[in-house]
Amino acid sequence: MVNGDQNRAGPKKKATTRRKKAAKTGDTEMVQLLTADGERVTHPDYDVDMTDQQYRDLYRDMVIVRRLDSEGTALQRQGQLGIWASLQGQEAAQIGSGRALAQQDMVFPTYREHGVLWTRDIDPIMPFGLFRGVDLGGWDSRRYKFQMYTIVIGAQALHAAGYAMGVTMDGKVGSNDGEAVIAYFGDGASSQGDVNESFVFASVYNSPVVFFCQNNQYAISEPVFRQARSPLYKRADGFGFPGVRVDGNDVLATYAVTKQAMDHARNGNGPSLIEAYTYRMGAHTTTDDPTRYRDPGEVEAWRAKDPISRMRTFLERSSIADGDYFDSIDEEANRHALDLRERVIALPDPSPEAIFDHVYAEGSPLVDAERAEFSAYHASFEGSGH
Amino acid sequence: MAKLQQFNLPDLAEGLVDAEIIKWLVAPGDTVELNQPIVEVETAKALTEIPSPYAGEVATLHHDEGTTVDVGQPLITIDTDPGGTGGGSPSTADSDDNGNLIGETTADGRTAVLVGYGPKTVTAKRRPRKSAAAPSPAPTAPVAPAPVAQAPVSPAPVAPAPAPAGAVRVLAKPPVRKLAKDLGVDLTTLTGSGPGGSITRDDVTTATTTPTPTRQATAPVGGEERIPIKGVRKLTAENMVNSAFTAPHVTEFLTLDVTEMMDAVKRLKAHPDFEGVRVSPLLLVAKALLLAAKRHPMVNSTWDDAAGEIVVKHYVNLGIAAATPRGLLVPNIKNADAMTLRELAEALNNLTATARDGKTAPADMSGGTMTITNVGVFGVDTGTPILPPGESAILAFGAVKDMPWVHEGQVVPRKVTTLSLSFDHRIIDGELGSRFLADIGRFMADPGTALLAWT
Repeated sequence: MVNGDQNRAGPKKKATTRRKKAAKTGDTEMVQLLTADGERVTHPDYDVDMTDQQYRDLYRDMVIVRRLDSEGTALQRQGQLGIWASLQGQEAAQIGSGRALAQQDMVFPTYREHGVLWTRDIDPIMPFGLFRGVDLGGWDSRRYKFQMYTIVIGAQALHAAGYAMGVTMDGKVGSNDGEAVIAYFGDGASSQGDVNESFVFASVYNSPVVFFCQNNQYAISEPVFRQARSPLYKRADGFGFPGVRVDGNDVLATYAVTKQAMDHARNGNGPSLIEAYTYRMGAHTTTDDPTRYRDPGEVEAWRAKDPISRMRTFLERSSIADGDYFDSIDEEANRHALDLRERVIALPDPSPEAIFDHVYAEGSPLVDAERAEFSAYHASFEGSGH
Repeated sequence: MAKLQQFNLPDLAEGLVDAEIIKWLVAPGDTVELNQPIVEVETAKALTEIPSPYAGEVATLHHDEGTTVDVGQPLITIDTDPGGTGGGSPSTADSDDNGNLIGETTADGRTAVLVGYGPKTVTAKRRPRKSAAAPSPAPTAPVAPAPVAQAPVSPAPVAPAPAPAGAVRVLAKPPVRKLAKDLGVDLTTLTGSGPGGSITRDDVTTATTTPTPTRQATAPVGGEERIPIKGVRKLTAENMVNSAFTAPHVTEFLTLDVTEMMDAVKRLKAHPDFEGVRVSPLLLVAKALLLAAKRHPMVNSTWDDAAGEIVVKHYVNLGIAAATPRGLLVPNIKNADAMTLRELAEALNNLTATARDGKTAPADMSGGTMTITNVGVFGVDTGTPILPPGESAILAFGAVKDMPWVHEGQVVPRKVTTLSLSFDHRIIDGELGSRFLADIGRFMADPGTALLAWT
């Protein structure tokens, strides 16, 4: 296979040296605070100051969301879900950015943001109704400060840009407790018109929105070098706001970069683009077979940069956590997964009348009549509707 | 007593109807844990493992490896309480709870899937109406429309009454009526086999073909077998037709004395560097092809019709045609041209072993640039191979036989074989093809000298 990815083809620099500057990937600057080997490094512009407990919590978050994700994949293979989109490999990008958000911030996710959802303290079962096909994936976005999973590629970037314009109009920006908005999307969506239009509006309205691109290297089967000739984060230059690339497998760097960008936005300084450079370890969804288009060697190379194992190495080396702690987290993750599994299988099917439920917020005489007619029709049969 | 749980094949992607069992990873009597991989299946989309939905002991595997199983059919039964005291009734006890789960078959035969177009595995049956004559719906539901009471409940075969205006009272869909009209079939003479006694397309076509009893009379003794065209066979057929009618094939032959090469094979076998690896004549044929390709780069190329370009590849992914229980597979060795002879030998061993075990991954079968087919192992002299789609040259290696041969002015017994090379004439002219084949032959006739001269 031809490998035209200029970002990974460059000569390997001395990455292990403890330099004052950021670590390198190829010829491109990438913010990193934790190397692939779990070594803590510094960066002139970004840092985190965390307690031991905060470090441990980030590790715990990542382990649990990975375990829940693998249960999602298993449930699909067992016929309990119609489809599942795995986040494996992207835990640091999602946990790091999610934990950097403030309570009042609004999230616009794709359909793969199970990790971000977890950081909002939402019951992880929430999106499973959608993947099981027993509900339409609707929830109260205002209550959770987490919008609905968006299947249409890149559409949520427009929603986020519009919502962020509204935040400004409501006068909620300009201080440390202002509201900021984060829009998640992938490298594939970066080619969408929607995403680029969002950049235009966010820029000219100076909206409090952070565009968080998880560059997981593949738009389903299309490698990123077929979509972009220059690193994605540099696109922000053309729209007139800052762009930065962060090691998306480094939970600390992702946290630091996102926190700074969100604070920048909430203080009224406008949008930014973050490119979290990561890798989708699994399939695009359970309907995809990545062995048809990916070289196993590439997957192995990324496995060596695993976000969880580098954090674990760091915790061990710094004596922040030991084997007992890691075991207890694995056990806890298993408990969460089994509990989730049982509850997913027990999710009730919707009644046929449910199709009328959300047509109008406050009801309508016509829909009410139709519902009554439909119910009577169903009642005219013997036995159950299912 | 045991508690048996039956697991039916779910729809593994969106709207798939079946999957082939490639390999069972457990056997009856094995203890399985929740989410432990139990079986490897191949669907139209992917080769994938299914994790066990239950913990327990495997009671039954419902199908053999190699079987294609419809979605919704039983796959495995697991005893979730081996040696337990529960009742021994099979999973039907749970059917009320599980009948509507995605991938499982519901009471009406529909397989529940996310996207709503799951296949039906039985003929649809409507739930009966509650005593249709009773006017009961009216008071409880004032909006209930009249049709509830009026709807013809039983579509009992309506007698083709000699209706006055010639109205044909038969049930048939418009396309079926059209077909009957075209074929000159009188619908009123048929008995419908479709839902509600309606006449189906099959009923009409059967009616036109029934009066042909001669068929059975002439059926040959022993009968015929009809094998569904699917899987590897289907893919092979599509590829071959596609290639044969796209690339203009030319095939050239070369018969030559390979005594020296066979001696070299013997010497390599005894060589300490080649300990533990199988050295076969095919290895040296592969080496010959790789070295000759280096001398004639244009043979290792692809005709890109869409781009209007010839793609010349500076690497060789060497395909080896392998007869496997699943049919013809052509896995390839990536970057074979960059390998040492020892590496090439190992790669060949692995490739064929993996293919015969049916474990070849899709990635190993894509991206081939040149191919060797070793028809000699079946004892035949040569053939005219068809190019794998996208490749420009394929070499057939015939059987090596003791033959009378003129060697140094004398007719003596020598080891002789025949090579044939098919190539895509859009890219490779007769001259290039001939030179390439001659170079392969030169190496095989005298590997030592060719190596010294070319590398």
